[in-house]
Amino acid sequence: MTTFTDPPAESFKLSMLVYDTRYRSITFQILALVAVLLLFGWLTMNTAQNLNDLGKEPSFGFLGESAGYDINQRLIDYSSQSTHLRAAFVGLLNTLLVAAMGCATATVIGVIVGVLRLSGNWLVARLMTVYVEIFRNVPVLMWIVLCMAILIEAMPAPSAFRGDNPDATMKLFDTIAITNRGVYIPEPLFSRSLGNLHIGTAFDISINLLAILFVLGVSLWIARDITRRANAKQEATGLRPRTWHTRLAVIVLPTAILLAFLGFHLGYPELKGFNFAGGTYMRNSLIALWLALSLYTAAFIAEIVRAGILAISTGQTEAAAALGLRGNRIMSLVVLPQAMRVIIPPLISQYLNLTKNSSLAIAVGYMDITGTLMGITLNQTGRELETVLLGMLVYLTISLIISGVMNWYNNRVKLVER
Amino acid sequence: MNKTVFLGALTVAGLAAGIAGAATLDDVKARGKLNCGVTTGLVGFAAPDANGEWTGFDVGICRAVAAAVLGDPKAVEFVPTTGKTRFTALASGEVDLLARNTTWTFSRDVDLKFTFIGINYYDGQGFMVPKALGVSSAKELDGATVCIQTGTTTELNLADYFRKNNMNYEPVPIETNAEAQQQFLAGACDVYTTDASGLAATRATFENPADYVLLPEIISKEPLGPLVRHGDDEWADINMWTLNALISAEELGVTSANAADMAAAPGNNPEINRLLGTEGSLGAMFGLSDDWAKNAILAGGNYGELFEKNIGENTPIGLARGLNAQWTEGGLIYSPPFR
Ligand SMILES: N[C@@H](CCC(=O)N[C@@H](CS)C(=O)NCC(=O)O)C(=O)O
Repeated sequence: MTTFTDPPAESFKLSMLVYDTRYRSITFQILALVAVLLLFGWLTMNTAQNLNDLGKEPSFGFLGESAGYDINQRLIDYSSQSTHLRAAFVGLLNTLLVAAMGCATATVIGVIVGVLRLSGNWLVARLMTVYVEIFRNVPVLMWIVLCMAILIEAMPAPSAFRGDNPDATMKLFDTIAITNRGVYIPEPLFSRSLGNLHIGTAFDISINLLAILFVLGVSLWIARDITRRANAKQEATGLRPRTWHTRLAVIVLPTAILLAFLGFHLGYPELKGFNFAGGTYMRNSLIALWLALSLYTAAFIAEIVRAGILAISTGQTEAAAALGLRGNRIMSLVVLPQAMRVIIPPLISQYLNLTKNSSLAIAVGYMDITGTLMGITLNQTGRELETVLLGMLVYLTISLIISGVMNWYNNRVKLVER
Repeated sequence: MNKTVFLGALTVAGLAAGIAGAATLDDVKARGKLNCGVTTGLVGFAAPDANGEWTGFDVGICRAVAAAVLGDPKAVEFVPTTGKTRFTALASGEVDLLARNTTWTFSRDVDLKFTFIGINYYDGQGFMVPKALGVSSAKELDGATVCIQTGTTTELNLADYFRKNNMNYEPVPIETNAEAQQQFLAGACDVYTTDASGLAATRATFENPADYVLLPEIISKEPLGPLVRHGDDEWADINMWTLNALISAEELGVTSANAADMAAAPGNNPEINRLLGTEGSLGAMFGLSDDWAKNAILAGGNYGELFEKNIGENTPIGLARGLNAQWTEGGLIYSPPFR
C-alpha cells in the first residue's frame, strides 16, 4: 500500500531569481541587457547633448551638397561638381574593387603556398614557411607602405620614357608602361557600341559589357551541363566521353563571335604630355594596396589550406592510391572535397579581414570609402559622427554580404553527413 | 562578449564625454599646460628642432598664449595634426588652440563652428615644379599629376582652378607634407601645390632647392590664422588679443629685448604702458595677470621678430614680409588699439 502525496505546492519567491538555477541565468541576462541598453541610451543622449552644445545637430543634408574635390580613380562618372553622396559611391566602388582583387589573388597565392608547404621537397617547403612567417608577423600597414615606397622609388618616372634615347622603355612589345605613378596596360575598346543602360539618372552601364557577361554566363552554364551529362554517362556505363573540346568551344566561340561583332580591339598606352594616355591606368596606390593585402592575407590562407589538408587522415590518401587513383585525382576527388569544409569557415573571416584592412588605403592615398566619405568629406563638412556612422554601416553591409555568400557556398560544398 | 561590449562602450563614452565644457581658460590653468595643435612638421612654421623642441612661426603663437595665460612659454603640449585630423582634434577638445597654417574660410567658421582669432600670415596657393620640367606657368599644367594634401582648402581650390581653365589633372592625395615631399622628389607627381609659404618652407629642406621653381600664379587667398572652438568667447578673446599684442608690440617698437626694461621703467607712451600692464589693468578684464602681454612678447619676440627668426629673409625659407608687413609699412598686418 502506498500513499501518494502531492509534492508541496511550489510558491515563487523573489530570491529564487538568484538562487534557483532555473531562473538564475535568465535573471542575469536580463540585468546585463538592461545595463547595456541604459549605457547605450546614456551614450546617445550624451553625444546628442554635446553635439547640441557645439551647435552641430546631426544631419545628413551634406550628402546632397556638391563635393568640390576631385578623385583620381573613378569607376563611375564623377567631377568636383558631383555630390558628397556620389563621392562616397566612388569610394565604395574603389573599396569593392581592391577587396575583390585582393581576395582573388590572396586565394590563389594562399592555396599554392599552402599546398607547397606540404611538399616533399625540403627547399620548397622551407621557402614557403619563410614566406608565411614573414608576411603574417609584420603588420599589414607596413607592407602597404613598403610596397608603395618600392613602387615610387624603384620605377622610372614618365619623363624617363621621353627623348630619342630614353632611360626607360615600355615592356612586352611596347604594350605595357611601368612607371612610378602606376602601370598602364592595354585597354579593351569597342568600335561598335550598343549604348548605355541608364539606371535612374545617376548610373550608366555599358550594354556591351552586359552582353559579354550574359553570353559568357550562358556558355559556362552550358559547359557545366555537358560535364554533368558526361558524369551521368560515366556512372551508367563506366566510360567517360571526351568533352574538353566541346566545352572549350562552347565557352570560347560565342564570346569570341560577340567580341568580333562589337569590333573589339586593344588601346595601347602612349606618352602624351606629362603622362601616358590611353590604356588602363592602374595607379600605384591601387597596386601597392592590392599587392600588400594579397600577400599578407595569402599567408593566413596558406595556413588555413595546410590545416585543411592535414585534417584529412593519410589513410584516405593511401586508400585512394590503393584504388589506383593518381596523385592529382586523389587531391581533387578525395582530399580537397573533405578539406573544403575545414577551409571555408576560416576563409570567410580572412576575406572579411582583407576587406576591412583595405580601409588602410589612405596610407597610400587610395581613394576608398574611408578616403572619400570618412576622409575628405568628413573634413570639408565637419560631419564626423554622420560620416563615420555611414562608413561603419557600409563596412557592416559588405561584411554581411560576403559572409552570406560564403556561407551559402559552404552549405553547398559541405559533406552531407549522417 | 558582454564584457567587450561594455569596455567598448566605456571607451566611446570617454570620447563622447571628453568634449570640453565652455571654460577653456579654467581648464588650461588647472592643467598647467596649453594643448596646442600644430603641423606634423613644416620647417619654419612648426617642427621639432634637433633637441626635440618645437620651433616655428605657428609654434610662436602657442608659446605666446601659454606665456600670457600661464606665465611660462614652455608650458605647451604640442599635438601634431594632419590637414585631416586637425579639426576633429580642436572640436573634440583635444587641443585648446589650433595654430596650423589654417585658412580662414566661411564654412570653417560658420559650419564647422570655429572662431578664427586673427590672421598671422596672408598667403595664397602656389605651384612648385622641378625646373627640368620646363614649365613656366600654371596654365601649362594640363594633364599633370599633382600632389595635394587632403583635407585642405588647397584641394578645393585646385579642383576649381583646373575646371575654370578647362584643364585636366590627376590628383595624388597625400596626408602629410613629408609624404608629399617624398613623392614629389621621386617624380611620382609633376607638381606640388599648397600655400606658397608652405612651398617655400618645403623647398628650403630639399637637397637642391635651386632645381625647383615656384610658378608665378597664386590661385587663391589663404589667410592663415590660429583658431579656437565656437562658444567660449573669453578664450577666443585671450587668444585674439595675444596675437594682437604681438602685432602691436612690433608697431610700437616693443621687442623681446626691451620689453622687460620698458615695463620696469614705464615711459610716456600710454599705449605701450597699457600693453605692458604698467598703466590700467587690461589683463584683469579677461582673468589674466597684468603682465600677460609682456610675457607673451618675451616668449619669442613680437610679430616681426617671430617672422624674421622663423621664416624671414635671413632664414633658408626666405619669405619677404610683403602683405605681412605692418600697415604702417604698406602691409596688411594691423592690430586694433589697446585701450
Ligand atoms: N591653408 C590650407 C593648407 C594647410 C596645410 O595643410 N598646409 C601644409 C603645407 S603648407 C602643412 O602645413 N603641412 C604640414 C603637415 O603635413 O603636417 C588649409 O588650411 O587647408
